[in-house]
Amino acid sequence: MSDTAIAEPGHEIEGSGQGRSLWQDARRRFLQNRAAVISLIVMILIALIAIFGPLFAAWNNEEVDWNVLGDIASMGGPSIENGHYFGVDELGRDLYARVVQGTQVSLMVGVIGSLIAVTFGTLYGATAGYVGGRTDNIMMRLVDILMSIPYMFVLILLLVVFGRSMWLLFVGIGLISWLEMSRIVRGQTLALKSKEYVEAALATGVKHRVIVTRHIIPNLMGIIVIYATLLVPQMILTESFISFLGLGVQEPNTSWGALISEGASTLQYGTYWQLVFPLAFFIVTLFCFFFIGDGLRDALDPKDR
Amino acid sequence: MTTPETVLSVNDVKVYFKFGTTGLFGKREQRYVKAVDGISFDIKRGETLGIVGESGCGKSTLARAVIRMVPAHAGRVLWMGEDLLELDGEAMRDKRKDLQMIFQDPLASLNPRMTLGQIIAEPLKTHFPQMPKSEMREKVAAMMKRVGLLPNMINRYPHEFSGGQCQRIGIARALILEPKLIICDEPVSALDVSIQAQVINLLMDLQKEMNLSLMFIAHDLSVVKHISTRVMVLYLGNVVEIADSDDIYANPSHPYTRALIAAVPDLDKAAPADRASLMVDGELPSPLSPPSGCPFRTRCPLVQDICVSEKPPLTETASGHSVACYFPTASPH
Repeated sequence: MSDTAIAEPGHEIEGSGQGRSLWQDARRRFLQNRAAVISLIVMILIALIAIFGPLFAAWNNEEVDWNVLGDIASMGGPSIENGHYFGVDELGRDLYARVVQGTQVSLMVGVIGSLIAVTFGTLYGATAGYVGGRTDNIMMRLVDILMSIPYMFVLILLLVVFGRSMWLLFVGIGLISWLEMSRIVRGQTLALKSKEYVEAALATGVKHRVIVTRHIIPNLMGIIVIYATLLVPQMILTESFISFLGLGVQEPNTSWGALISEGASTLQYGTYWQLVFPLAFFIVTLFCFFFIGDGLRDALDPKDR
Repeated sequence: MTTPETVLSVNDVKVYFKFGTTGLFGKREQRYVKAVDGISFDIKRGETLGIVGESGCGKSTLARAVIRMVPAHAGRVLWMGEDLLELDGEAMRDKRKDLQMIFQDPLASLNPRMTLGQIIAEPLKTHFPQMPKSEMREKVAAMMKRVGLLPNMINRYPHEFSGGQCQRIGIARALILEPKLIICDEPVSALDVSIQAQVINLLMDLQKEMNLSLMFIAHDLSVVKHISTRVMVLYLGNVVEIADSDDIYANPSHPYTRALIAAVPDLDKAAPADRASLMVDGELPSPLSPPSGCPFRTRCPLVQDICVSEKPPLTETASGHSVACYFPTASPH
């Protein structure tokens, strides 16, 4: 019998005997995508700035530089000599320190918000899809109802009624963003559920819970990862919009949206740097996430193989 | 010679699928697709029962009903004297050790994110969670060798294998628990002919060695003839003929069986002169509204009045040869 397998042509059955997993394949494809790799490097740099940026700051983010406060438009611009690399904001605080602080907050909102959304959306969607039938119907109609509510309106109302707080912002954004995730995951689960390997596992007597964790979720990981990277900029955008409206994070805390809002309102006095630096970080980050998401989609999409 | 014991006895199993379910407000008319409409058969130890029939006749549904992958509407499935349809979840899970299945699409039946070793070990992990890792690895390696897979393939992933190799993996997974019955749902239809022969011969070798019973579903009659001890012909969820393999090919009694056998292309022999007259036209009737009386009457060349009014019972015409037809072709013996 064994001779028949050896005789089967077309397969490199020699070699190290170490197989290439789909993840390794995907990593190879991802690394061939130049835009995605550059975006990933830039993204890592921005994250490093958020973490280690304060070490290089000459000024604290709460200190007011009284020397430049009198005439910010002419003296508060970016300069190496006085330590204000990005200039100062309209209250004379170091803009570099403020941008680093805003980066920390915005990235945290983006990453934590999308983690909440992905975790909850995946569990909800996979359950609905795998159980199916009436349970599925009730769960997904609930999602439809929640989706039909204009969430930005509700979020603004919540922030106005209960007062502005980071905590409420997280909850508010997290509560609405898992909806789309659960829909995507449910659809994929429906497709995976009817695969023969799931049937094979059932026929062997594997328990349903194990089937979901061993056979369904690992095969969903590709789409979850892609969606998560696309969700992060969406979170950052939502938070920035809320902060732009003045309902987001509160002073002395800040975020990209809040900084952009302040910079835009003082643009008429000629302090262009107050808008340009936070805006540059914001745009570069969004682009990076979109390119990374795009690269991941190309790398993980099985149809591409 | 002692007759081997019967391991599986299927008794009047019916699988109906609900159709036209409840609407938004109240109930609509309930209709049923009769996928399997009262089928009975036995399988003895070490025996292979071939199941043939055209697409949509209920072959796969019947197989899945036996191992409770689809719910049976009525009937009994006696496995070593115990009714599988009445077992609760935990007891049924335990029985699945003895009843394994091999699937049609070799690649689709393997999880793309698991290595070959993990796939073959999964049944062991499920039923013997306490088994030490080393013993599990030994068993997997032995089984891989047995089905003709090289030991260095153990860490590879399914997409790195050809269809024939994937089916060997599927067979290894089905055999690792040393089951007593294997249900093969068109295991070679997706493979090309030279690989088909290898897989079939592997199955037959393993069957002899482990004294397995096989329930072998196929639509390729020559494959079925090669592997089966007995052959059962299905039409529209009903058994039309069941007999020993040699007997049914030599003396097909039901007009449908004769049409099926006549339709097998043969390079060596010229087509029989009456081939055209044996062929049947038309489509399989919808199982939603099956014909009255004999299910085959809409396409049967021998149809009479009685076929319309009454369903022919499955009757034994010769020893071990049963036909559901009022006008079976007489067997010469």
